[in-house]
Amino acid sequence: MVDAVTEVSPVLTMRGIIKRYPGVLANDAIDLDLRPGEIHALLGENGAGKSTLMNILYGLAVPDEGSILIDGRPVDILSPHDAIDRGISMVHQHFMLVPVLTVAENILLGEETMANPVFIDRNEARRRIVALGRQFGFEIDPDARIESLSVGWQQRVEILKALYRKARILVLDEPTAVLTPQETEEIFAVLRRLAAEGHSIIFISHKLYEVLEIADRITVIRRGRVVGERIPSQTNEEDLAELMVGRNVQLTVDRGESHPADVVLSVRGLRAKDGRGREVVRGIDLDVRAGETLGIAGVAGNGQDELVEVLTGLRKPSAGSVTMIGTDVTGWSPRRLYESGLAHVPGDRHRWAMIMSFPLEDNLVLTSYYRPPFARGLVRQDGAIDAWAKELIERFDIRTPSATVAADTLSGGNQQKAVVAREFSSQPKMLVLDQPTRGLDVGSIEFIHNRAIEMRDAGAGILLVSAELDEVLELSDRIAVMYRGELVATLDGRGANKEEVGLLMATGRRGQEPDKAVS
Amino acid sequence: MTVVDDRPAERFWRRGRLGQLFAIGAVPVASVFLALVVAALIILASSVVTTGSIDLALPFVAYGALLQGSIGSVSAILNTILQATPLVLGGLAVGIGFKAGLFNIGGLGQFLLAATAAAGVGAALATAPAPIAIVAALLAGMAAGAAWGWIPGALKAWSGAHEVVTTIMLNSIAAALIGFIILGPLLAPGYSFGRTADLGNSVLPIVLGTNVHLGVILAVIAVPVVWWLLYKSTLGFEIRSVGANPSAARYAGMRPRFLIMLTMTLSGLLFGIAGAIEILGVSHFMTPSYGTAIGFDAIAVALLGRSHPFGIAAAALLFGALRAGAGLMQVVAGIPVEIIDVIQAIILLFLAADIVVRHLFRIRAAGGIADLKTVTSSYGGRAS
Repeated sequence: MVDAVTEVSPVLTMRGIIKRYPGVLANDAIDLDLRPGEIHALLGENGAGKSTLMNILYGLAVPDEGSILIDGRPVDILSPHDAIDRGISMVHQHFMLVPVLTVAENILLGEETMANPVFIDRNEARRRIVALGRQFGFEIDPDARIESLSVGWQQRVEILKALYRKARILVLDEPTAVLTPQETEEIFAVLRRLAAEGHSIIFISHKLYEVLEIADRITVIRRGRVVGERIPSQTNEEDLAELMVGRNVQLTVDRGESHPADVVLSVRGLRAKDGRGREVVRGIDLDVRAGETLGIAGVAGNGQDELVEVLTGLRKPSAGSVTMIGTDVTGWSPRRLYESGLAHVPGDRHRWAMIMSFPLEDNLVLTSYYRPPFARGLVRQDGAIDAWAKELIERFDIRTPSATVAADTLSGGNQQKAVVAREFSSQPKMLVLDQPTRGLDVGSIEFIHNRAIEMRDAGAGILLVSAELDEVLELSDRIAVMYRGELVATLDGRGANKEEVGLLMATGRRGQEPDKAVS
Repeated sequence: MTVVDDRPAERFWRRGRLGQLFAIGAVPVASVFLALVVAALIILASSVVTTGSIDLALPFVAYGALLQGSIGSVSAILNTILQATPLVLGGLAVGIGFKAGLFNIGGLGQFLLAATAAAGVGAALATAPAPIAIVAALLAGMAAGAAWGWIPGALKAWSGAHEVVTTIMLNSIAAALIGFIILGPLLAPGYSFGRTADLGNSVLPIVLGTNVHLGVILAVIAVPVVWWLLYKSTLGFEIRSVGANPSAARYAGMRPRFLIMLTMTLSGLLFGIAGAIEILGVSHFMTPSYGTAIGFDAIAVALLGRSHPFGIAAAALLFGALRAGAGLMQVVAGIPVEIIDVIQAIILLFLAADIVVRHLFRIRAAGGIADLKTVTSSYGGRAS
């Protein structure tokens, strides 16, 4: 099969693409070709240059050098409009859909099927959308509002939008980052069907196992260069990880023995409501000891966000108590908690953890800007802030042109490293890690996991909240499963197996047991 | 990431101080230029209406007189400075609000109340020693402006009432309130119209030429002080943080409610200085019908200056020069002074439509104007 596709001439060729940004060579003479009916994975760490390359293909960036050929003919792609005209479509990681409009209305936006010069032909549009969906194996309701659809279905709408515009080349930017494993399987089925119908797909990812599963061919990019091309049947995760990162990577960390000491954080009967007034944390009891990691596993949306917000002072509990190192800290402000030794790596980096338009160095002192040596009285000490920022950039290997660039110019992985650097370096006694590696590449994940284990071994108590079961299993000395606002079970980290925890996450129950498991 | 040595010139241009200045200043400067071009076309068109033929020289005559009247002589320059003074203070007031994500449209009310307070205290201390009278009158104006700014700040902090709505309403309340005060307790006897009494020793001394008063010094000092507050103090860092990302500010242990109140109070205080010095230094008494467009001109200044204190100073000087030169232009070229309002409005249009300006001048530097988001989101009713 592999040999069969090599015969065919490529539908898309990118040759010698060079793109420079100030201080960074984002693409350094990249060659890429895409064959008809192929699923071609583009694998690389955050900041490796995948997104830049795809932005060039989609007309969002102009290359400094290099050429793009479609069906063997050189083309200039100066805007997304050019790209769409040439049959190239992109499904972004963050969907470009209008939540209050229907499926059909979103698909029609900018590409209205007109019944006459004044009115849109909605019936014809509906018919075409339903037919397109069926062609690729799913039934879609064209009149459903986007906001009523799950993330997985919204993604299908994005894909339909591309197909409706007669896309032959489909670029998917980390399409699975927001999906559950089940939804991932479903979208893979759709992609295979698309490829079988002759569409060519560029699949951007840094999840190794997914790439191995879905791709016909894998191109690995590192620091702006193509460092290798692989066929899934002739490679494995270790090989890909090494290519991607440029060195041998531990895919699983050895967390060693934990030596739990005194209780640092103790929670009793904690209840909290969400923004809409529904009780989503419903009586949580937990203890975290110094020198251990308690992992909270759970499908996203089972009250973990609110639990973390209450523990870190961002949300007031409706009942219950939180005790830290023997002091009742229930309802304390974030600042008082921070000063008492709590550090917090929030799950939503853009919302909570960083001010993206501010310089990196300001973000590195975001929680400590007001006290010596970073301030004397009301006066900021720019010299001390700059020196500290440079030290953290060095110690935590934050890849940035300088300490003064705006945070949003860094890649996601480096932004997260900056947050981790800030929080881990405050010498916390208690560390709350909420989805600390979501959306990051293997190199950054390894780095952050190792640092978390160092913190634990140095005697900090760690509460890890993650929807990534693998992460919880890898880091936790004890695992609690959160289901509908309650902890339904607590397991030993060593003995826990994936199936058991997975079942608890999905159902709140253990295997065949008739009654709910108790913590 | 690979750090590459780009061509040195490009690096300098993109990353050096000059490059930063370009990134910030290119669109405002281009907008001013475009506005002057468009206004020239309007002047040309007006010549058709008034003379029946196109007078191609008229825009040059008009702009020549404008330049002559604003920077053509020492007295013209002094007049420009005098005109710019309240705009600097008002621009800083609106700009500091923008930095905190707040849109203070209440400058008019804050200015009027401050002017009334300064006039009242100044008149009461007309016979006191000048230093005491002046300081007391200035402080009264600052306190009144600050208080009138604090009210919408407090309303927003504690009830979420949007400052755009409350400040507009407070403008009307202020206009009615000063009538009540000036025609009541502060009414000076013996005049054919309602006004406050003479200021006596409270009048600000002239420091330059025949009309540039002490208030100019206050405006000059206010620029670096506000700059220092915003960029060199922890309080300014907090204000900017709340404006840029209120959630992250809360996470970082800052107090958004306190900061909203504080920023609105500071904004009112700056408008208060403007109101006080205009009375104590220029008009020397207050009437219920005191007319000023400062509330809205200050918004234009802050937007053109991109909320940066030094940019605001430059923008205020530009608008001050336009106003100072407008009189001579009207005399020489017969163009009504209202053309200045037209120019100001066109500048704002181009700033708002910065994509047009970028396209025309091939400006690739980063970023739209963040403050406009505060303005547009205010009108969009997204209370935050």
